[in-house]
Amino acid sequence: MAKGIWIIIEQSQAEIRNVSLELLSQGRILADKTGDPLVAVILGRNITELAGKVAAYGADKVILVDDEKLTDYTTGAYTSVLNKLIRKEEPQAVLLGNTAVGKDLAPRLAQRLGVGMASDCTGMEFDEESFLTFRRPIYGGKAFAQVVANARPVLATIRPNTFPIALPNALHQAEVINEMAEIDSEDLRAVVKEIALAASQRPELIEANVIISGGRGMKGPENYCILESCADMIGAAVGASRAAVDAGWIEQKFQVGQTGKTVSPTLYIACGISGAIQHLAGMGTSKVIVAINKDPEANIFNLADYGIVGDLFEILPLLTEEFKKLG
Amino acid sequence: MDIVVCLKQTFDTEAKIVLDSSGKIDSTGVNLVMNPYDEFAVEEALKLREKFGGQVTLVSMGGERVTESLRTALAMGCDEAILIQDPALESPDEWVTAEVLAKAVSQIPYDIILAGRIAVDDGSGQVAIRLADALKIPSVNCILKLETADGKAEVTREIDGGTELIEVSLPAVLTTQKGLNIPRYPSMMGIMKAKKKEIKRLTLADLGMSAADLPRKMSIMKFNLPSPRKGGMKISGEAADAAKELARILREEAKVI
Repeated sequence: MAKGIWIIIEQSQAEIRNVSLELLSQGRILADKTGDPLVAVILGRNITELAGKVAAYGADKVILVDDEKLTDYTTGAYTSVLNKLIRKEEPQAVLLGNTAVGKDLAPRLAQRLGVGMASDCTGMEFDEESFLTFRRPIYGGKAFAQVVANARPVLATIRPNTFPIALPNALHQAEVINEMAEIDSEDLRAVVKEIALAASQRPELIEANVIISGGRGMKGPENYCILESCADMIGAAVGASRAAVDAGWIEQKFQVGQTGKTVSPTLYIACGISGAIQHLAGMGTSKVIVAINKDPEANIFNLADYGIVGDLFEILPLLTEEFKKLG
Repeated sequence: MDIVVCLKQTFDTEAKIVLDSSGKIDSTGVNLVMNPYDEFAVEEALKLREKFGGQVTLVSMGGERVTESLRTALAMGCDEAILIQDPALESPDEWVTAEVLAKAVSQIPYDIILAGRIAVDDGSGQVAIRLADALKIPSVNCILKLETADGKAEVTREIDGGTELIEVSLPAVLTTQKGLNIPRYPSMMGIMKAKKKEIKRLTLADLGMSAADLPRKMSIMKFNLPSPRKGGMKISGEAADAAKELARILREEAKVI
């Protein structure tokens, strides 16, 4: 019995996050294999306009839960609403992005439902019995586990930048259903008092297509502007190795690696990063890796697709200029 | 204030992962450590106790070697340690672990439960949040700052692109992120004291549970290792030429910018 593949859409200020579009695109491919309807679920405030957009990315049905109490994401309220919807509609799979919201919401929801969950997946496919199986990195990407749920529904969070986003089709229509937000009072014990978003115009690290990271070779906090100029020239995010973070040169939120963020961009440029195993764990699934390092023996060259042995303080500004010329 | 810290022992992050002859992760000869994110949980618990008094109880699940990490945390200053050990818990999934921990924790007084936001081995980041739901208490994930007063906590947590300030009623589960504090090293006296402390062992039967109550929700079909990446092309020449060539390759050949 095909009861649907659900995508929990992440949105803020009327914008849908790229990872949600990835999930809709891949969800469409999966749904076509089993005849499941692809259902987009959107929680929030003033979200009606988003229905058309998710339809264009392949949703057959859109469930909207528009309520003031859902304006900002909170663990409890979102769990309460989704738990009831999932119990009522019985989808076979519920997919979320492996984002701050997904990482917080999916485990809580899985426990409430008493079901299994696969975290931070980098692949999914159906097995012979039409159970979704997931490929997920473990030990920081040093190994992979192929996992399957023993019952339905299964929940999963998918790593951003795993699947391509399909071209939208404005003609694709979806049935739109409005549901009431039913929130248990015991799920309202945490209140968001304040949200402080960084002023940066750069893309979010975990979703960025291009990342330029600096490590010990940056030599000091004052030199990150060289990296930032280069990043801004090509719309890249800025990252860092643990060495640079622990030295206090850059905030911890920029750290890529086993004890930082796990990223999977199209292009990762490592500057002055030696390539410790913990760092490689956080960026090893990048599609193209470039290394710039003074030390020709640096481990990073053993996996970089392109390498320049040289002084990053000399090369990065030149590279920024070259990117500028390319336009 | 009574605090419970959920602690997991993991492979050292330096460890190279190999599979054994049956295709499972081979732990032979691997150095085991306290999950790095749990160190922040232990430190925060000790700071809370220093401020408000109370007890810090460690709870862990796993084999005999877990006692090494528990002793480390005791040496840092924690008061008590509980190790849940049972042959039926050989390879639990996140749901099983959360159910068992919930049963164990519900027998201890607690105002705050702390745990690392993720374990660096399976990288699931599920158990602590599931535990909160099993105990029917709120949870805040990925915290960077914690202030408590009057049965409430004000918590700063990391979100994508910034931070969020949350007020949460206690008791609650809080998961710890790097940046919250700097974990202390165990003192020599702490190490001596920890050696004498008893680690309380509990089986499923002690918790009034049986293996039949705990069917896994997820199965692992297989493990595999990533195909190793190979070093590619080194671009040589003068810096200006190399930079120009790299930009050209990224645009024209790799087509990534």
